[in-house]
Amino acid sequence: MSELKSTGLLRETMGAYYRSLGDAAERKVAPVAWCTSVGPAELLRALGFAVFFPENHSAMLGAARTAQRYMPLAHAQGYSQDICSYLTSDIGAYLAGETPLSDFGLSGTPRADVLVFNTNQCRDVREWFEWYGRTWQVPVVGIRSPRSLEDVTEGDVDAVARQIEALIPPLEAAAGARLDATKLATAVGRSRECSDRWEACLQSAANRPAPLTFFDGTIHMGPAVVLRGAEEACAYYRILQAELEARVRGGQGAVPVESFRLYWEGMPIWGRLRALSTVFAEFKTSVVASTYCNSWIFSDLDPTDPIRSMARASLELFIVRSEGPKERYLEEMIDQYDIDGVIFHDCRTCPNNTNSRYGMPRRLSERLGIPTLVLDGDVNDLRCFSDEQSRTNIEGFIEQIADARAAPRPGGTR
Amino acid sequence: MSSFAGIDSGSWTTKAVVIDAQARVLGSSVVRSGADLAAAAERAYAAALAGCGVARRDVSAMWATGFGRQSVSFADGSRTELDCHGRGAAFYVSGPLVVLDIGGQDAKVIRLDGLGRRLAHRMNRKCAAGTGSFLDEIALRLGIEVQELDRLASGATEELELSSFCTVFAGTELLGLIRAGKKPADLARAAYQSLARRVLAMDVFQERIVATGGVVAHHPTLVRLLSEQLHAPIVIPPHPQEMGAFGAALAARDGTDSVGPDGDERSALAAAKLGGLDAR
Repeated sequence: MSELKSTGLLRETMGAYYRSLGDAAERKVAPVAWCTSVGPAELLRALGFAVFFPENHSAMLGAARTAQRYMPLAHAQGYSQDICSYLTSDIGAYLAGETPLSDFGLSGTPRADVLVFNTNQCRDVREWFEWYGRTWQVPVVGIRSPRSLEDVTEGDVDAVARQIEALIPPLEAAAGARLDATKLATAVGRSRECSDRWEACLQSAANRPAPLTFFDGTIHMGPAVVLRGAEEACAYYRILQAELEARVRGGQGAVPVESFRLYWEGMPIWGRLRALSTVFAEFKTSVVASTYCNSWIFSDLDPTDPIRSMARASLELFIVRSEGPKERYLEEMIDQYDIDGVIFHDCRTCPNNTNSRYGMPRRLSERLGIPTLVLDGDVNDLRCFSDEQSRTNIEGFIEQIADARAAPRPGGTR
Repeated sequence: MSSFAGIDSGSWTTKAVVIDAQARVLGSSVVRSGADLAAAAERAYAAALAGCGVARRDVSAMWATGFGRQSVSFADGSRTELDCHGRGAAFYVSGPLVVLDIGGQDAKVIRLDGLGRRLAHRMNRKCAAGTGSFLDEIALRLGIEVQELDRLASGATEELELSSFCTVFAGTELLGLIRAGKKPADLARAAYQSLARRVLAMDVFQERIVATGGVVAHHPTLVRLLSEQLHAPIVIPPHPQEMGAFGAALAARDGTDSVGPDGDERSALAAAKLGGLDAR
C-alpha cells in the first residue's frame, strides 16, 4: 500500500493545530472551547476560541491503544463499560494525567473555558462534557437536537437555529468578545469549502481503482474534523484533492490489486486500523467508502445564511436520520461506488453509530441482493473485538463474494 | 488413484480427512489441538493417512481450514471453516440449506443457495454462550466429564430453565438450582436447552437444516432439542465432526481443478496466509 504524499503535510497541519491548542490553553493566547465533532465549530471560531474536539483526542487514544489502560479508571468512577468508550477513554486519560498531546508540547488536555455540545449524535457527548464542566467549574452549553428524523422539516431547522442563537450570549461572555457577523460568514464559508473539497477527495474513490481507502480516509479526515471553519483545512484539502486526482489520472490505486470493493458502515476500530487495512489489501479488497468519513460533509452550509444553514447541516447528517433515509443513503453509496459488499461494524459502546441492530443488513441484502457482514467490535474498547473471529468473518465474506462471481459451483460434484 | 486431504485446525480438536477423487472418505482422524497447532495438524494428518494406507506423497493436494489454518504450513491452500462446513454439507444434502456448525469455540450459521453457494453467514459474538465451551463449563460445575453430559441429560424429568446470557452467570445460576435440590439430569438438560435457544437466536431457520461440528457429533440431546424448538427435522450428515476437514479436502480436490475466469482470485484467496491482525 502506497502512502499518500500529502501525509507529510497532514502531519504538519495537525501538529500546528495541536501546538496552537497548547498556546491557547497554557499560554492564554486565546480562550479554549471544547466542541463535539459536529457541534457549532464555526460559531466558536468566529468568536476567537481555540477549538478542541475531544472525540479526536479519544481516537488518538484508541489508535495508540492506550485507551485500554485508561477506560477502567472511568469505569471505576461509575461510567459503565457499556457507554461510549470515547468518553471513558478520554476521562480515564485525564484521571491518569496523560495525553498524546504531550508530543506537541501540551502538559495535559487543554483546559476548557466553555464546553459546547450538540446531541445530534448522542447523549453521551453531553454527559462527557458535563463531567469536565463539574471538574473545572466551567459552563457547559449546547444544542439539544431532534433525532431519528424521517425528513428534516423547517420546524426542525427553526428549533436548532434558535438554540444556536441562544448560545451566542454565553459564548460571548466566555470569549470576552462580541460575535462579528462577517467572521461567522467567513468561518461558515471556509467550512463549506473544506466540506466540498473533502467530499471531492472521498468521491475520487468512485474510480477504479480507488485512490484512497476508508482506512486512509480515517487519517486524512483530521483537518476536516479539527480545523473546520479554518483556512488551514481548506489549504490541506486543495493539496490532497490534487494528489488524488493525479492518482486517478495515473490509474494508481490505494491497494496493490483491487478485485473487490467494500463499504464500511459504522465507526472505525481505531486500535486495529492498520492491521485491518493490511488484511483487506492482502485479499485484493479496497474498502472504498464509508458512512464515517462521509459524516464530515456539510453541503448545506451557506455563508449567506450562516446560523440557519449550520442548523440544517447538523440535521441532514446520516446519524440524525431514521432507518428509511439511512437505507436510501446506503443504497446510493452502493450504487455510486460500485460496491460488492457492505460491512456493518457493530460498535459495542456506540449504538448511535451502529446500524446493524434493527435488521438493516438483512433488509439491504434482501432488497439489493448485496452481501452484508456484521463485524463485532468497538471504536476503542478492544475487549469487544476478537482478532481471530474477525479475520475468519472477513476472509469468509470475501470468499463468498469471490465465489458468487465465479461460475456456479455446487458443494461438490459427485 | 488420486487422493486429496483436508485438515481442520479447531480450537479443541484437529481433524484430518483423506478422500479419493469421487470424494469417498478413505480415512480420518481427530486429535486434541493443544497449544501446538502445527504439531496437532501433523499428528492428525499422519493418523488419517495411516488409517487408510495412503502415502503422503500420493496425496495430490491438502488444504487447511479452521481457526488454526494459518498454522498448517504444509497445506497447499486454505479456506475458512465457513466455506468448508458449507461445502461439505452441500455435498451430502441438496440446498437451499442452513448449515449450523457448533464448535468448541464458536457457532456458525451458514446459508447456502440451491447450488451450494454461500449467501450469508453469522458467527456468535465474542462470548462462549452458544458454543461447546458452555457445555464444558456446565460439566465442570456438575463435577462430571463433558462426555457424560448427554447421557446424564437423557434421564431428565423436570423442565428447568437457565436464563442467563453469560456462561459465567449461567454457571452461577446452576449453583443456585443445585442448592435448591434440583436433579443433575434436569440441570444437564437445562444446559442443552439454553445452548439451543442461544444458537437459534442467531438467525431464521426456514430452509433445510444441516448440523455439523464436534458438539453436534457428541451431544445428540442438543440436536433433539434444536429440532423440537424448530419444529423441523435436522439433518446430521456423515462424520459431522470432520465436516470442516472433509470440506477442505473437497476444496483441495476442486481447487486443483479450478481454472475459471477468476481462478487467480480464488487461488489467491485460498493461498493467502494472513498474519495476526495485531501485527502492527
